[in-house]
Amino acid sequence: MSNLFPLTMTDCVVRRQGKTVLGPVSLTVDQGGPTIIIGPNGSGKTTLLRVMHGIERLSAGAADWAQNDQGRQAYVFQSPIVLRRSVADNLRYPLQLIGVAKAEIEVAATAWLDRIGLSDIRNTRASRLSGGERQKLAIARALIRDPDVLFLDEPCANLDGHATREIEALLQETAAAGTRIIMSTHDMGQARRLAQDVIFMIAGKVHEKGAASDVLATPGTPELQAFLNGDIVT
Amino acid sequence: MIDIWEGLQAAFWLVVTFDAELWAISLRSLQVSLSAVVVASLIAIPFGTFLAVQRFRYRRLAISIMNALMGLPPVVVGLMLYILLSRSGPFGVLGLLFTPTAMIIAQVIIITPLIASIAHQAMRELWAEYHDLLISLHTTKWQRIRTLIWDGRRNLLTASLAGFGRAIGEVGAIMIVGGNIDNATRVLTTAIALETGKGDFALALGLGFVLIGLALAVNIAIHWLSRTEREGRW
Repeated sequence: MSNLFPLTMTDCVVRRQGKTVLGPVSLTVDQGGPTIIIGPNGSGKTTLLRVMHGIERLSAGAADWAQNDQGRQAYVFQSPIVLRRSVADNLRYPLQLIGVAKAEIEVAATAWLDRIGLSDIRNTRASRLSGGERQKLAIARALIRDPDVLFLDEPCANLDGHATREIEALLQETAAAGTRIIMSTHDMGQARRLAQDVIFMIAGKVHEKGAASDVLATPGTPELQAFLNGDIVT
Repeated sequence: MIDIWEGLQAAFWLVVTFDAELWAISLRSLQVSLSAVVVASLIAIPFGTFLAVQRFRYRRLAISIMNALMGLPPVVVGLMLYILLSRSGPFGVLGLLFTPTAMIIAQVIIITPLIASIAHQAMRELWAEYHDLLISLHTTKWQRIRTLIWDGRRNLLTASLAGFGRAIGEVGAIMIVGGNIDNATRVLTTAIALETGKGDFALALGLGFVLIGLALAVNIAIHWLSRTEREGRW
């Protein structure tokens, strides 16, 4: 059990150029299975994830972890950022930053390359990878430090079915191994497949929150019902 | 047209006969300019990268000054340095006037803003690409600078080569602080100026072609050694 949790968010507000893009949001995130953040485009899913991870400056409010150790968190961005290095060097990088011994780095990098199926192209520059391969590399790079919590911002956006299936399998293994997953998606099928808890957002605010089995089966608000029906919700 | 042809012939004979004076002047040119590029790069690249990643109060002013200094008139730099290094100047005791060291200092002053400015531009773009990832990985400022310099080394090499191009072709400042002394501070550009003054256009042109060949050879050699544009590598 990680001692990072709970994360307590109190009246969190993010404003950009005078416009409120998030909040006020107050919620508590504790240990548990994958939490999936759903909502229409522009509803504040990404901003909420960034606030939780501490890479978004709050205009008001506070987001406090029980233990503030950002090194035990990892984040995967919607457009995977790959370093201008080889595939293997991308995996080595997070461990090099924290001074892990070279031999240990090689063992970990080789294990992850095998796990994500990129061993054969370990020396290829990462920018030459396909979208799915890049995303798998980004997730592996995030997981190589064995974080307690992994944030993912729509990791399967723009990926084909095969790549999506591979990434979902990787995330399920990761969750089963004890890493807390908090992820945004606009793919309701994916939310149903992965979520244990759901946070539904509209216009920068948390509209509904609860166990996935309850929230997705019996939506408590007409807005969520409309969203689940595929209607346009603003 | 005849002068150019004679110049080419002169250059050819100077090279194929291994003219001792030409070799000495060429090697001195290389020594002075490469030394200046190394020193200037050691100052300019970290400084340009620092300006790209660090926000501070007078950052914009610092960038403006750095860019403005790219247009420093070499003759004025030479004159100022002459005053500082002359016997009656504050650094006269060092006895550097009319030495290759003084020429290196002059070139460092001239090319440092150029290298820093190009490095800053390249690093700013790379920083925009890497920003979220490096913040998420909880990197220190020094780790960010090191990462950017390493991953942006191809662009930084171009910045240094631009500095080399300016240094090897510079004449105004090094003529003043070097004095164009035979077997001591005479380099290709000052020799060209001297021969032109004497009316020996063929030799001046010959030296000019050698200078162009030298500049091209250094650029090609550095690109080749650093394996720029090779398939599968950054």
